[in-house]
Amino acid sequence: AVTVGPEEGEPGDDTDTTELLGGQRRPRSFWTFEYYQAFFDVDTHQVLERIKGSVTPLPGKNFVRHRLRNNPDLYGPFWICATLVFALAVSGNLSHLTEKQASPTYHYSPQFHNVTIAATLIYCYAWLVPLALWGFLRWRQSHGAGAYSFLETVCVYGYSLSAYIPTAVLWLIPAAWLQWLLLAVAALLSASVLALTFWPLVRADGRATTLAVVAAVVSLHTLLAVGCKLYFFQQPPSASPAPSPFHTTVGAEGLHSHAPQLPGTNISLLGTHPVR
Amino acid sequence: MAAAEGSGVGGPLFAGLADVSISEDIPVEGEITVPVGSRSPDEDYSTLDEPVRDTIVSLCSVYGKTCVLPLSLEDWDLWGPLVLCVSLALMLQGGSADSKDDGGPQFAEVFVIIWFGAVVITLNSKLLGGTISFFQSLCVLGYCVLPLTVAMLVCRLVLLAGSGTVSFIIRLIVVVAMFGWSTLASTAFLADSQPPNRKALVVYPIFLFYFVISWMILTFTPQ
Repeated sequence: AVTVGPEEGEPGDDTDTTELLGGQRRPRSFWTFEYYQAFFDVDTHQVLERIKGSVTPLPGKNFVRHRLRNNPDLYGPFWICATLVFALAVSGNLSHLTEKQASPTYHYSPQFHNVTIAATLIYCYAWLVPLALWGFLRWRQSHGAGAYSFLETVCVYGYSLSAYIPTAVLWLIPAAWLQWLLLAVAALLSASVLALTFWPLVRADGRATTLAVVAAVVSLHTLLAVGCKLYFFQQPPSASPAPSPFHTTVGAEGLHSHAPQLPGTNISLLGTHPVR
Repeated sequence: MAAAEGSGVGGPLFAGLADVSISEDIPVEGEITVPVGSRSPDEDYSTLDEPVRDTIVSLCSVYGKTCVLPLSLEDWDLWGPLVLCVSLALMLQGGSADSKDDGGPQFAEVFVIIWFGAVVITLNSKLLGGTISFFQSLCVLGYCVLPLTVAMLVCRLVLLAGSGTVSFIIRLIVVVAMFGWSTLASTAFLADSQPPNRKALVVYPIFLFYFVISWMILTFTPQ
């Protein structure tokens, strides 16, 4: 039942609009806790459905209309971004471990600053790109109907990042072709969902704008994946096949034929391995 | 009692008082216990160290609760979590600092992650409709870092013995076991206060939180 009059703790609330809105959620003041609770009004199965929907691009089914159904949430975007941040940092660190362990001069370091960098990158992407896109769409929207709210845009982008989480974990497999293949598949799937979501909005604006917006959305999404892969999963410099200079027993010809690779090499070789 | 001479002298108003007399022969009845020499050591300790004892008792009781039974926590305090957090952050220091920033987490990072993470998880569970209070939830999450602090201690001791594969396997087993314990203990507290169709939504961030702390512990390498 709809209650009339100010509720407890909210003296200045605009509850007189409640009757006009009918069965919709009543608007709350920005500073109350209930305002934010409205963004977490999801159940477990709904979150799982939304995640599944973010990686299955179906041409007839718009993510915002079909999945969100006027109930965008912030739970999914926030925790998917958090998971992605830690997946990138942990998995990137582990990939360094397996690739560099062959080198005797390797000293393992947890690279904890990667967490900070990943967090900044992912959260900025998840909030600023939807903001820019939403602002652009609002500016261009001539008829004003069917526009997405800012929250719905953030929600779509947040859920679309879920495709990168298993990708980041699977990038541990040290096969370059597989890593790029995984990146392509994940980027393709999630960017298609994004494109299908925003296509109806820009379709009326003309072909050039439509293509430009969709291209921007897809390319930014792909660039994020590529950037993450290149930064957090750096390929080590190609290991030279020459044996380590500190462990070779050097003959006379060896000393002359091997060019010294490190400045200290000559000194140590001369010091520990007499020429004859 | 000595009866008064000449009863009925005072009239009906003071009739009852005629019988009253005070003499030195009246025995004193009752008990007075004078606590001298017969005091037990426990009583002595409890009156002198009340606040410290309370904290230690509450630490042990929550520890017992976390490992034995999920009970509701009425009296929360944040001293225990603070002590645990500081000790964990201190133990994570002095590791693998190559004098560049390519090393392990700094003290401030560990501290911020634990407290900010606990606050975010609490807010998350409250926004999803949980009925647990803010500080109770912080208290539970903080106390459930105890198994991981123990794991950190064990890891440091194992690393003193060596840092080869065997030591890594021992550390891995210990950290995984303590991570499971922490997650299960805090989940037992916090998931009950959620509506049933959202329990997984609350449990997952807790899992992530303790996973990150476990990761920091496992990747600790001494200098």
